[in-house]
Amino acid sequence: MGAKVVTITSGKGGVGKTTTVANLGVALARLGQRVVLIDADIGLRNLDIVMGLENRIVYDLVDVVEGRCKIRQAMIKHKLFPELYLIPSAQTRDKTAVSPTDMIQLTDKLRPEFDFILIDSPAGIERGFRNAVAPSDEVLIVTNPEVSAVRDADRIIGLLEADNKGPAQLILNRAKIDLIRKGEMLSAEDVTDILAIRLIGIVPEDEHVIPSSNNGVPVTLNENSRAGMAFRNIARRLMGENVPFMPMEDDNNILRRIARLLSGG
Amino acid sequence: MRDQTVTFKGGKDGLQVTLDAHVDWPLVAAALTERLDEQRSFFSGARVTLDVGARPMRKDELGSVKAMLERREMSLWMVMSESQTTIDSATALDLRADLISPAPTDAEGLPVGTEDEGTQGIMVRRTLRSGRTLRSQGHVVVYGDVNPGAEIIAVGDIIIWGRLRGNVHAGADGDDSAVVCALDMRPTQLRISGYISIAPPDKRHKPKPEVAFIRNRQIIVEAWR
Ligand SMILES: Nc1ncnc2c1ncn2[C@@H]1O[C@H](COP(=O)(O)OP(=O)(O)O)[C@@H](O)[C@H]1O
Ligand SMILES: [Mg+2]
Repeated sequence: MGAKVVTITSGKGGVGKTTTVANLGVALARLGQRVVLIDADIGLRNLDIVMGLENRIVYDLVDVVEGRCKIRQAMIKHKLFPELYLIPSAQTRDKTAVSPTDMIQLTDKLRPEFDFILIDSPAGIERGFRNAVAPSDEVLIVTNPEVSAVRDADRIIGLLEADNKGPAQLILNRAKIDLIRKGEMLSAEDVTDILAIRLIGIVPEDEHVIPSSNNGVPVTLNENSRAGMAFRNIARRLMGENVPFMPMEDDNNILRRIARLLSGG
Repeated sequence: MRDQTVTFKGGKDGLQVTLDAHVDWPLVAAALTERLDEQRSFFSGARVTLDVGARPMRKDELGSVKAMLERREMSLWMVMSESQTTIDSATALDLRADLISPAPTDAEGLPVGTEDEGTQGIMVRRTLRSGRTLRSQGHVVVYGDVNPGAEIIAVGDIIIWGRLRGNVHAGADGDDSAVVCALDMRPTQLRISGYISIAPPDKRHKPKPEVAFIRNRQIIVEAWR
């Protein structure tokens, strides 16, 4: 059968694609999956930092595509999971160095040996986005509960539809429960109502995310993080498990749940 | 009589190239290349709007026209077609695309109604997503939603069998009798002829079929019966 190629994209930048790729990679590896992460954001390399592998880079994606090294030489093994690898993006090279065909050929070579290949897409709708989605079997669209992010996600979905890629699934990232309850932020329903695609996960805004990205330890390794739990749930859903949606995917805190029951909420 | 397979028209938006929709594609492609090469230096640097009429074009066909133009230092700026397939191919190539309705004098292949003039238009059977623009010299029917950020401009009426959230302009050439109907009417902006209305932000909105029209010099929205 071979690996499933999953591209994580968004349209708008800064919504959490890289965070999602890193965390789903770790969560899938913890579930025993063999995983390769590919950073396709050429010129804006940062998946390696979030994965804590920056200092191990010798070769990158462009080196592989241009034949300067073997694929294996560019694959950096994760410190904790021997079957989790990263192919980093190039730091400062010409964005046209990689083509959609290159991406298809690369993933075809990796497919037999892995279960999942996750591709971190750059923002926008240009060449880099085309490269990232070209080999995909599934596309996950990350958005934030903000009108402008949803608008860009909608555009991307339209492009994917025109290319017969899809149906894409949606990750709503940085949801703030208290604001949504007050009706001050778009809810998951508001967002899926417009985008009309399946929701695969809701990731709450979580103060643990930024420090863990800075330290190169994806937040899903932190058992107390609500965002981390949401990513673990998405990983299981990607594997085909039917994981029920938690209320806002946030309440692993039993005390809070009891408090809500008592208050009749 | 001059061969009509390929016709050129210069305008303020650059060069408009119209290709006969009823001639086999390889012949059209060859004729286009030949005509461009006859006057290569004249066309060099031109921005091209390509009108392929009713011809459904695949992405690779359109891509080869684009590449051919680029090799001659021209750029493919926009694609106009009556075929949704062509529009989708153009969009997939990141090109500006405009879905046009057939000219009213064109007696062949009218997609909607042929009773009399004014009942012609186009039908789109999917959701119009953000960033898409649909123009028609007649009416527009959408079987799907019109999302925020999408836009429809019609000389005639606009009927949305779905939720209307984007921008629509009916009676765009100044027809005050044009109407806009939707199963759930919540446009970002609604225009009829020269009138504009902006939907009030209304959180407790219950979807119901409504129709918008002009009465006493303003846009009225009523339940659709
Ligand atoms: N759920 C979250 N809670 C808090 N901060 C987040 C969350 N998701 C992402 N971030 C932060 O948002 C910023 C942008 O995320 P990133 O994954 O780099 O976005 P992208 O790859 O889409 O540009 C980063 O600083 C990241 O740590
Ligand atoms: Mg990123």
